[in-house]
Amino acid sequence: MGNSCSPQTPGIALTGLTLLCDVLAMTRNARPGSAIDIEGLSFRIGRQEILKGIDLTVAAGEYVSVIGPNGAGKTTLLKCVLRILRGGEGRIRVFGRPLTAYHQHELAREVAYVPQAGGTVFPFTVHDLVLMGRYPHLSPFSLVGPEDHAAVHRALQLTGMESFEHRTLDTLSGGERQKAMIAAALAQQARILLLDEPLTFLDPHHQAEVFAILRRINTESRVTVLSVTHDVNTAVRSSTMIYALREGAAVYSGPADGILKNDVLERIYGTRFHFLDHPFGGNPVLIPEGME
Amino acid sequence: MSAARPNGARLVPLLLALTVVVLIVAPFVAPRVLPPAALLDASHADHRILLQIRLPRTCIAFLAGAALALSGMVFQAMFRNPLATPFTLGVSSGASLGAAISMRLGLTFTVLGIAAPSLSAFSGAGLAVLLVYGLTLMKRGFPTAALLLAGVAVSLFFTSLILFVQYLSDFTGSFRVLRWLMGSLDVIGFRPVLGMLPFVVSGCFIVLLMNRELDLMSLGDDIAISRGVEVARVKKVLFFATSLMVGGVVAVCGPIGFVGMMVPHICRLLVGSNHRYVGPACVLFGGSFLVGCDVLSRSLIASADARAQIPVGIITALLGGPFFLWLLLGNTPGPGRVQDRSEE
Repeated sequence: MGNSCSPQTPGIALTGLTLLCDVLAMTRNARPGSAIDIEGLSFRIGRQEILKGIDLTVAAGEYVSVIGPNGAGKTTLLKCVLRILRGGEGRIRVFGRPLTAYHQHELAREVAYVPQAGGTVFPFTVHDLVLMGRYPHLSPFSLVGPEDHAAVHRALQLTGMESFEHRTLDTLSGGERQKAMIAAALAQQARILLLDEPLTFLDPHHQAEVFAILRRINTESRVTVLSVTHDVNTAVRSSTMIYALREGAAVYSGPADGILKNDVLERIYGTRFHFLDHPFGGNPVLIPEGME
Repeated sequence: MSAARPNGARLVPLLLALTVVVLIVAPFVAPRVLPPAALLDASHADHRILLQIRLPRTCIAFLAGAALALSGMVFQAMFRNPLATPFTLGVSSGASLGAAISMRLGLTFTVLGIAAPSLSAFSGAGLAVLLVYGLTLMKRGFPTAALLLAGVAVSLFFTSLILFVQYLSDFTGSFRVLRWLMGSLDVIGFRPVLGMLPFVVSGCFIVLLMNRELDLMSLGDDIAISRGVEVARVKKVLFFATSLMVGGVVAVCGPIGFVGMMVPHICRLLVGSNHRYVGPACVLFGGSFLVGCDVLSRSLIASADARAQIPVGIITALLGGPFFLWLLLGNTPGPGRVQDRSEE
């Protein structure tokens, strides 16, 4: 598992704190060290219960994936953490502080979001888009300062999008656009990154590239990641913990390699998988039955 | 469209220069060219025409054009559709109804120096905005096509009520409302200008201040919220600002259509999507555009009957109708593509 405790980034003031958090998190149920802490979250839209008493903890520095079939409530879960969706029962805490105690812009300094690809493309330039990530750091009358430009530059660097800085979004491919969206979220300089299907609509080349970027953000920049995905294989390879939802209820929560059992997978997806040895070792590759 | 740097920083000063030229030239031309000397020479035969008619009219045209274009920009960004404007969503009709009622009742009171027609037009606009906003709240991801249809329904409903008000009026009153409904810049003296100024200035100020929020909201409400925008609150503030502007303009000029759709769209093509530039561009270009349309409408009178006036609303509608269809058919490059974004 990509362990989050390697103190290999000197010079970052947060390292000490993050390390401490990690240590605390390793003693299980150490709530104070958790980046996101969800207790008994239920959410309904109209009469339909989308989430049913979800408990979920993401320790600081971890890479956690939420998997599950379509309509399981994964995106709703993310939107509740972001307060895009409000209400519902239960408790959500971010860095130990209740979500309701945050102003929206305060929350945005802690939690950034890369939504599912697709949707409208207004022809903003990549630079404009990434600079918008600085919104929670700016007050209405303040101008964009050097630290904002530095953050934008760093985000573009991390995602390899520097050469696209002045291109408009409508001229980019889907993969490039996704990288631009990730850069915009990074410019927010939040300690937590929420991802909704970060790889789904990308071609294999961009999938690999974005996957590497996300791993790097997690391990080198020590950003806590909570990712919603359909891709079980990448989830197993990148995550420390996996939560699985089905019809709004949690059906698995535990270490990533814990789902590598057919009874667990069948409980999640209602289908069985073949296990293939990964050519580079480690966890096996999963292929759903019927897809041979 | 092209992969160039945003032109905003370069084009906005250019638009400012254009605006200054238009504002200086417009009062002196059409239907009859007046000598510049008439401005300062009080004894000049045309001095009064210039001060009492031409100058106020130019000011009104500029304020109205700026306010309508900026309101259009706000609606387009918030609803993420180039066809969503106060005019198409029935806000102008709401304002018209308010103004028509106050005309019919002959209301003359003022509140804090603001005249009754402006106040009732503002209330009408606010009511229409509430209706539209309510519709979008009723269902998350209200499809844009449905929203536009709802706008048409709201618009028709208010228009019928205006007809009813006209029906209850006598012949002169009815004719007055009709002429005013065509959208007219026919004012005498600076009183109407001063009446409209606070509405337009405060509305513009609010909108221009919210350029970052508009940027983020044009990416979608979810992203805007995740970046820290209090979307619900910002929407209320922006709806209030648009109601102010539309109400202020409609009370004096009547519902002048299509400016709020054409101008922001053209501005986006010129300066890109960044509202930091689109906002000022809309103010400058919208104002100049309506002043230009007014000069055109005045020139057309000159060749026909000198006493007849072609209302400027007819000119903008003649330009705007085909433009609307052009947008609808999706023949526009990048920014303006009319898509149903309901799938999100």
